[in-house]
Amino acid sequence: MNTEISGIIFMYVAMVLLAIPLGSYIGKVFEGQRTWLDVIFNPLDKLFFKLGGIKPEKEMNWKQHLFALLTINVVWFIFSMIVLMTMGSLPLNPDGNPSMSADLAFNTTISFISNTNLQHYSGESGVSYLGQLILMLFQFISAGVGIAACAVVFNAMKERTTEKLGNFYNYFIKSCTRILLPLSIVVAVILLFNGTPMTFKGKDKFISLQGDTVNVSRGPAAAMVAIKQLGTNGGGFFGANSAHPLENPNYFTNIVENVCIVLIPIALVFALGFILKRKKLAWVIFGVMTIGFLSFVVPSVYYEMKGNTSIAKLGIAQNNGSMEGKETRFGAAASAYWGITTTVTSNGSVNAAHDSFTPLTGMFAMLGMMVNSFYGGVGVGFLNFYIYMIIAVFISGLMVGRTPEFLGKKIEAKEMKIATIIALLHTFLILSFTALSSHLYAHDPKTYASWLNNPGNHGFSEMLYEYTSSSANNGSGFEGLGDGVPFWNITCGIVMILARYLPIIGPLAIAGILAKKKFVPESAGTLKTDTVTFGIMIFAVIMIVAALSFFPALALGPIAEFFSQK
Amino acid sequence: MKQHILPALKLTIICIVFFCGIYTLLILAVAQLAPNKGNGETISINGKVVGYELEGQSFSNDKYFSSRPSAVNYNAAGSGASNKGTTNPDYLKDVESKIDTFLFHNPSIKKSQVPAELVTASGSGLDPDLSIDAANIQIARIAKSRNLTEDRVKTLVEMHTEKPLLGLFGPATINVLKLNIDLDKLN
Repeated sequence: MNTEISGIIFMYVAMVLLAIPLGSYIGKVFEGQRTWLDVIFNPLDKLFFKLGGIKPEKEMNWKQHLFALLTINVVWFIFSMIVLMTMGSLPLNPDGNPSMSADLAFNTTISFISNTNLQHYSGESGVSYLGQLILMLFQFISAGVGIAACAVVFNAMKERTTEKLGNFYNYFIKSCTRILLPLSIVVAVILLFNGTPMTFKGKDKFISLQGDTVNVSRGPAAAMVAIKQLGTNGGGFFGANSAHPLENPNYFTNIVENVCIVLIPIALVFALGFILKRKKLAWVIFGVMTIGFLSFVVPSVYYEMKGNTSIAKLGIAQNNGSMEGKETRFGAAASAYWGITTTVTSNGSVNAAHDSFTPLTGMFAMLGMMVNSFYGGVGVGFLNFYIYMIIAVFISGLMVGRTPEFLGKKIEAKEMKIATIIALLHTFLILSFTALSSHLYAHDPKTYASWLNNPGNHGFSEMLYEYTSSSANNGSGFEGLGDGVPFWNITCGIVMILARYLPIIGPLAIAGILAKKKFVPESAGTLKTDTVTFGIMIFAVIMIVAALSFFPALALGPIAEFFSQK
Repeated sequence: MKQHILPALKLTIICIVFFCGIYTLLILAVAQLAPNKGNGETISINGKVVGYELEGQSFSNDKYFSSRPSAVNYNAAGSGASNKGTTNPDYLKDVESKIDTFLFHNPSIKKSQVPAELVTASGSGLDPDLSIDAANIQIARIAKSRNLTEDRVKTLVEMHTEKPLLGLFGPATINVLKLNIDLDKLN
């Protein structure tokens, strides 16, 4: 078999095989059961709780959870703004990189506390080592917040009637220390021994073989690259992200990093099965997600390996596929595979330039972010999926003329309103802001000439991709977009902030309200949610709500580009 | 809201100390056992550093295997891709002129043999590798400009070919810098 194809099949199998045991482990952590890492983490967590003045056994209702979550995020926002706007004159800045302007600091701060990691700066020149370490901190704790929110919803889905849904800080700290930290250490060490730098020395300088003077950026990269992959963050240490040879040195590290992208999102689905003791439901959810994922990844790999039609017309050989923006050591297949895994989850790290993907691969990358729940981001991916499940339950309930019930709880008008608003928010943010930027550009292409790196449909795709990525809290980009200007910094910042917190508030509210309701035991009249039929129903809802509402925009961008290929 | 402010502040400080401090120092400590203590692996000739093993560099002389085109001219302090769309007419013209330049330097090669990776820019602008096709296509030129037999150069390329991982996964590659260093040793 072609070694590029066998490489990506291996990655997928490894991902699932590692996610299943990790899912049980995460389930045990959330449930407070014993695990083999307790020896280290019991004392560590106790220290966190003691110093933080937190009583982890004090349970909260859903509103208290939300207040705790939002308050700590406000603290992070202020702290990050201060650091990013002063880091030029703070320690750990051997390369003398400047502080950020207010609008860029606003964008970067929102981007990292919202787990997006959209980067309108370049790592080598736009941020000091101290800045990198603070951004790395947010990669841990923003991922921890997402997982904690997910844990609260899992807790609320249990078969009982209660207001008490565990302690937010308890879930948050344990997500950081017991899930993200040990995995990050393992991955960072693997990267170190494959050549990723971990140093506080500044740029190096040497004379190349043909006599050019070359400056080489380095830094404490290994520690950051590990968590950026695991926490569906995606914000790279270097500008080229995981295409950079120091950030992703070889095919082996590419496998490790790519597996990390999807590992925790899949594991959380199995954790759900463990916590609710509904393994079959977990497999149905995993099945729906997988079918969605495969339907995006297969055509993408095909088109990237087939090559660029326009270059084929120039009469040269494309045996290795479309290679613009791709690295030789990964090849076309693994680049396309990464491109889809990073967009269906809200990771957003890249090992190839998405702007130079062939049109349909670019579209599937966007679709992955538009759906945003085929595996999805750590924690928040499941929350998005939860919204679709609620809608699917409601619609199927209406279709068969029964009161919609989900896991023994009646779904009523209030929950449905919240679910619908959250489901439509994503579409609204992406389309309205893309319309705004397109309007500006179309009416004054001279003033905004620096925005677009490509003409025509592809230029439109660059704008559409940017807002899709912001709203999906993804962070990848069609990087040709000249996005380091106030307009993009501010509008993307607004989109990211709304698209982060509302989709956490919504599902938490629904889950909290449902948990309080009377539990109705399953009867012959109950709509069963752990069946293939229901899986198909969810899939249909996702396709109608997410995919179809974006079809007109996609038709103007990648689809038009595909059909106009000469 | 109020009762959450104090824990939020305290937890933030603890997380800064733990994740920015202790976690970073732990990885830094492990780095001391890694190749070149985590400073990046370099390649030296006669004690002088001539490059980083993982980072590509520019080779414009016909006597050397050329690396792939780079959108940032192999600036190892500012990586990046061209970000050109696949159907952009200006981009396609640029590719065409790269093809012509390549054919000019490699007159024995037919256009249909030119591998696309030699006329398209990499993702990082620092791609250290060539594909097998991209190395083989340059053998005739190298042999001619160095007065070597093609077989000798071909053997060297084969020696430098790094097979797929475990022979099973991913593409085979050739590190351009290492290949060119050994090429200099042939004369």
